[in-house]
Amino acid sequence: MPLPVLLGQFIIGLINGSFYALLGVGLAIIFGMLRIVHFAQGAFFMMGAFVAWMLLGYANINYWLALIIAPLLVAVIGLVLERTLIRRLYALDHIYSLLITFALAMMIESLFRNFFGSAGAPYAMPASLSGGQNLGFMFLPYYRLWVIFAATVCCAMTWLIIEKTSLGALLRAATEDPKLVQSFGVNVPRMIMLTYAAGVGLAALAGVLAAPMYSVYANMGSNIIINVFAIVVIGGMGSILGAIAGGFTLGVVEALTKLIYPQGSATVIFVVMIVVLLYRSKSPSNQAS
Amino acid sequence: MIKIRSLNAWYGESHALHGVDLDVGEGEIVSLLGRNGAGKSTTLKAIMGLVELRQGSVKLGNTEMIALRPDEIARKGIAFCPEHRGIFSSLNVTENLMLPPRIGPGGLSLEEIYELFPNLRDRSNSIGTKLSGGEQQMLAIARILRTGARYLLLDEPTEGLAPVIVQQIHKVLTEICKLGFTILLVEQNLRFTAAVANRHYLMEHGVVVDQVSSEDLKARSPAVKRVLGI
Repeated sequence: MPLPVLLGQFIIGLINGSFYALLGVGLAIIFGMLRIVHFAQGAFFMMGAFVAWMLLGYANINYWLALIIAPLLVAVIGLVLERTLIRRLYALDHIYSLLITFALAMMIESLFRNFFGSAGAPYAMPASLSGGQNLGFMFLPYYRLWVIFAATVCCAMTWLIIEKTSLGALLRAATEDPKLVQSFGVNVPRMIMLTYAAGVGLAALAGVLAAPMYSVYANMGSNIIINVFAIVVIGGMGSILGAIAGGFTLGVVEALTKLIYPQGSATVIFVVMIVVLLYRSKSPSNQAS
Repeated sequence: MIKIRSLNAWYGESHALHGVDLDVGEGEIVSLLGRNGAGKSTTLKAIMGLVELRQGSVKLGNTEMIALRPDEIARKGIAFCPEHRGIFSSLNVTENLMLPPRIGPGGLSLEEIYELFPNLRDRSNSIGTKLSGGEQQMLAIARILRTGARYLLLDEPTEGLAPVIVQQIHKVLTEICKLGFTILLVEQNLRFTAAVANRHYLMEHGVVVDQVSSEDLKARSPAVKRVLGI
């Protein structure tokens, strides 16, 4: 296998992994904090892309402003959803949150398909990121480099906030004992609401990043969410670092598999998930418990 | 002053408190004594709004708190130290200590806390749950002393601790009372409570059945021991 081909596929894997990582981090935050298996994460990814498209088409708001506005708008929608629907799921078994958020995802996707059709719409590449660099073994578009950079920075910042700040300490403590944290004077219900909004906002940000590359279409979320779930399971449900490392790593694994054994590229992530789950089930700590 | 009247509390269908009346004066240490299941911890949780349903009156000064959320009650100046200490396993000692936000002036500084609890300074980077039971109890108390809350609800602070650690906690409670804190203490350790508290409420089956001052505790020891089941 020629090295330039491998390197080229490696970079493609990093690009895909960027989206997996961003979506996975949002999922991990929502599961870690709210204990909700959030199947609608892909729908918010799609919503973010569509909001960016609408901002450009109807309000002439460019890509760079959409990177900020679209996630904020989707986060506000998330706030309303949390207040009206999601918080009713906290006391229920995980299966209910999975089913209800799955239904929510289908409803959101159907809504967008109804209004915008199935074919989708292109989103113009920002002019400042058009073109690319000839690396010798491949031509690397600047936009794809930007996606890797932006996703890495966002994931790193999210990890730093959760692990190294007092806000993150409050979030981590509230996952263990929300009532005790509330007895310290912290408005935990509001914190949970904002955490959900942040989680879906991250998905929307990934959607804006994806829009110029993949165009904008109603089932772009459902196409990716199954892979993201598998990656989050591999990384450990609720683990931010696991979601980030898993996202980038499995993106590369998937891309390299496409090169080595193309028939397996669609399923390799799930094969890895099965192997990891089997290993975990046989690990001494699991056996002891 | 904390004034509680006709406090009822429920856990689902279970009616746990049946009209508790008690007062805690400024600067006092008041204890709730009783057997397991008497409703002592539930009384503290009901004051803090941590039970599913409560009715009655819980006043801090002139402020009625029965309809407030736990975080709102905390911001009025009441802090709660739960029975099993509530140390978070995902945080180290410093993070556990700094976790509760300051809700008012007058909270102890980090230096003052380390003077009261010197062990905590040496273990500041250890994960909270890796500490010994005594150290975790010190951490749980230290955590709420930082916040500026002046009214402390302590749920069995000496449970499961060695006598030498119980003595340390006695010393700490005496010190902080001199600083003007007001404490409502749930305990089963009669010897500890007798040495620390000014007054004692005896609880049985979710109600207060008697009140004993520290001076009368020895004379009324048989009645107290009957309520405690010892």
